[in-house]
Amino acid sequence: MEVLQLLISGLANGCVYGLIALGFVLIYKATEAVNFAQGDFMMLGAFVTLGLVNPEYAGIPFWLALPLVFIIMGLLGYLLDIVVLRAVFGQSQVAVIIVTIALGFVIRFAVGEIWGHEPQSLRSPLALGDVRIGDLVLGLADIAVIIVTLIMTLLLWQFFQHTKMGLAMQAASQNQMAAYYMGIPVKRIQGMVWALAGIVAAVAGILYASKGALDPTAGFIGIKAFAAAVIGGFGSLPGALLGGLIVGVIEPFAARYLPPGWSQIAPYALLIAVLLFRPHGLFAQVRAKKV
Amino acid sequence: MSLLEIDSVTLKFGGVTAVNNLSMRVEEGQVFALVGPNGAGKSTVFNLISRFYTPVNGSITFDGKDVLKMAPHEVPNLGIARTFQNIELFHQATVLQNLLVGRHRHRQTNMIAQMLHLPSVRAEERAHRHAVEEVIDFLDLQPYRNSRIAGLPYGVRKVVELGRALASKPRLLLLDEPASGLSVEETQNMRWWIDDIRRQMGITVLMVEHDMGLVSKVCDRVLALADGAKLAEGTPAEVQSHPKVIEAYLGTNAVSKGGKVA
Amino acid sequence: MKFHFKTDYDQDIRLFPDWWNFTLYAALLVLALALPLLIDPFFLGEATNVLIWAIAGLGLMLLTGQTGQVSLGHSAFMALGCYSCVLMMEANVPFVLAFLLAGVITGVVGALIAIPALKLHGVYLAIATLALAILADDIIVLLKEWTDGVNGKMSPPIDLFGYEINRWNNPVEWYYLVLVVVLMVTLFYRNLLRAPLGRAFAAVRDSEISAQAMGVNVAQTKTIAFGISCAITGLGGALMGLFAGAFNNETFNFLLSIQLLMMIVVGGLGFIHGAFLGAVVIAFLPQVLSMTTDLFGRGVAIPGLESGVFGVILILFILFEPMGLYGRWLKIRVFLELFPFARKDMFKRQKSYLKTERLR
Repeated sequence: MEVLQLLISGLANGCVYGLIALGFVLIYKATEAVNFAQGDFMMLGAFVTLGLVNPEYAGIPFWLALPLVFIIMGLLGYLLDIVVLRAVFGQSQVAVIIVTIALGFVIRFAVGEIWGHEPQSLRSPLALGDVRIGDLVLGLADIAVIIVTLIMTLLLWQFFQHTKMGLAMQAASQNQMAAYYMGIPVKRIQGMVWALAGIVAAVAGILYASKGALDPTAGFIGIKAFAAAVIGGFGSLPGALLGGLIVGVIEPFAARYLPPGWSQIAPYALLIAVLLFRPHGLFAQVRAKKV
Repeated sequence: MSLLEIDSVTLKFGGVTAVNNLSMRVEEGQVFALVGPNGAGKSTVFNLISRFYTPVNGSITFDGKDVLKMAPHEVPNLGIARTFQNIELFHQATVLQNLLVGRHRHRQTNMIAQMLHLPSVRAEERAHRHAVEEVIDFLDLQPYRNSRIAGLPYGVRKVVELGRALASKPRLLLLDEPASGLSVEETQNMRWWIDDIRRQMGITVLMVEHDMGLVSKVCDRVLALADGAKLAEGTPAEVQSHPKVIEAYLGTNAVSKGGKVA
Repeated sequence: MKFHFKTDYDQDIRLFPDWWNFTLYAALLVLALALPLLIDPFFLGEATNVLIWAIAGLGLMLLTGQTGQVSLGHSAFMALGCYSCVLMMEANVPFVLAFLLAGVITGVVGALIAIPALKLHGVYLAIATLALAILADDIIVLLKEWTDGVNGKMSPPIDLFGYEINRWNNPVEWYYLVLVVVLMVTLFYRNLLRAPLGRAFAAVRDSEISAQAMGVNVAQTKTIAFGISCAITGLGGALMGLFAGAFNNETFNFLLSIQLLMMIVVGGLGFIHGAFLGAVVIAFLPQVLSMTTDLFGRGVAIPGLESGVFGVILILFILFEPMGLYGRWLKIRVFLELFPFARKDMFKRQKSYLKTERLR
């Protein structure tokens, strides 16, 4: 029974990691940049929702606020791409890494200034409390998080398979030059991908905040999401989600069965192991650069 | 024994056969050209010699030594230097520094000595510089000595890349499309340089080139490739009038009209 | 305008190309030596701090600026340098030996870690080293038998050939100690840059494929770069820990490596001067900020302000001056030298296209 309990809470955490990792992969595939601020995007999305929904701030009903959150976060992603990222395009990888890390710092500072540094909790309809079945204590929020992630995955899949924009994004991320020649506005598509990553981050943020308290340092779990993305191979959307679930499940089990102190290490040790032995993810083939 | 011997080499990428059972011999002192349509596998042959790719079978020997036993960075030590089709220079560095990297295989001092800049390092640096200055004189690169590659025009970069290869004092020089993208005068210069590289420096040259005018002027021997396999080999004139070559370039109809590849 | 008329290869090999340049740096050295006479102990402590940051920054600069490999894990190596140095000092190893050995140990460990890690490119290497930095924090806690975990360690006073140099009582001696280390490291750095190894670093940074074709052993070169880089950063870490008076796992938090990377970018990636300029910015930014907030009447420290402002500075630099402070200075110098003939277009960045790292 205990195993089931650990599994559910692990899967729920894993869903959040997976969604953040999804954001990394979306952006990486489309622009070959890695957004080190994706975790802070998630945190920002959660705080924007909190600012709109919680009674001590704007107090708008959750379902009314939701579209607003998506619009704000999408717009923010899009603007970041045009204002900051596009200027860095073509510079070295160091520049892109640094710029996104710096963005993370700025977001963390801004959020702290606006909403304070104290932990707060979001009035989320998903925060449902616990339910007891015999010995088993299940967080209903955890189960809700898993369900929402499943729905989100299905929606994204539909989006990529069946909408014009989704297909254009796929094309642009596979071969920018060819996509450009086929008349796809690659630059605008990249902006849209950043917007989409912003929205996915917002969903991740809401799920994260539904499970517990929220403060401006929440963005640091983005580092665990890196582990997820790397395990999934950094190029594959389902891989990112799966990687997130793996990392999420490993954590509670490591905390339960390993001596204290070792459990925090588990996700990073796994990350390093994967990078060393399967550098292109658990499911990838390796090919060499063409000269 | 020939200087470079390639024996029945085959290379496959997945299902595609990039080089198919190719054999060729380059004699010391020759200027040898590989010609063929795009995608025929010419550059791939270079990359095989540079050890960027490993063939599924066959052998490559240079001066009797087995090239396939070496790591990519050991190949230059045999005395093989090369240029690239899409110029691969060190673009943040100056022309001088690029040419000095060409001297890398001749370095003798170790890391600690270099860190302390012992007199041996100073002496070695002078010797490298002297060798590089000879190349600069030969290729008329004096005006660009301290310019960064990133700001140089394409034609000059092409020459710098040739210079970097020459600075390593090779026995065999692999030139991947030395004249592509060059103006008429620059191509003319390239022609004289290739002649001088062979005559004055005694370096054997193996090149990939599309410009048949240049090939017929400087080369002793030409090998035509198509789909990774040998079509014809001989003097430039022989290869140009070979029916199979004409067919590969111009299609079957051209053969009956007795055409010649320009 | 200044003309260099060169008559000797040595003019390009020497550290200082001409007398003017030599005089300039000699004056700078005299100023550095005379600094304790000119400023009070508080600012001397700040100057020492700048120099310590510069040492650590030079270490990362060698790897990122010269060899083109991004590391977000150098805080781990600073920690290793610091803990190994202090542990040896506690075991009564003479300071000079302990200090140098700490550098060697960090370098060797760095090189060993580099062997598998450097198979990774760009972003992957950044992520792997970031994970390493986070792991280091946890590992320090786990090894509490030696490191005293979260309680941390007190830095022992330095015993230099019988003279005790105490952090609080002997700020001038401390300053000179750090200055000597800075000069040594800078000299070694310069020497490497003008030797085959330094050119091999640049070759690996700019084109691995043609570095190989010129006989550069790419894996070995990267490993050496990583090793030397870690050794220098380890020395910086040892000094930082000793100077701080006390340190624990939090001192060498992964944010330190991010700060270090940001510092060299602001200073100017690929330039020795950049490490020093960046160090000045990072050491004095907190002071400037607290003075400004005082001015606006917000006496209490604002959490995250420092990193937030630093983030903004960084973004502005990358957008408008990717070559950093030193790059800006170079442009100003050219402008002054050519005055009034400099044109704006001379400094225009060449349009470059994204070089894909993705495997096709």
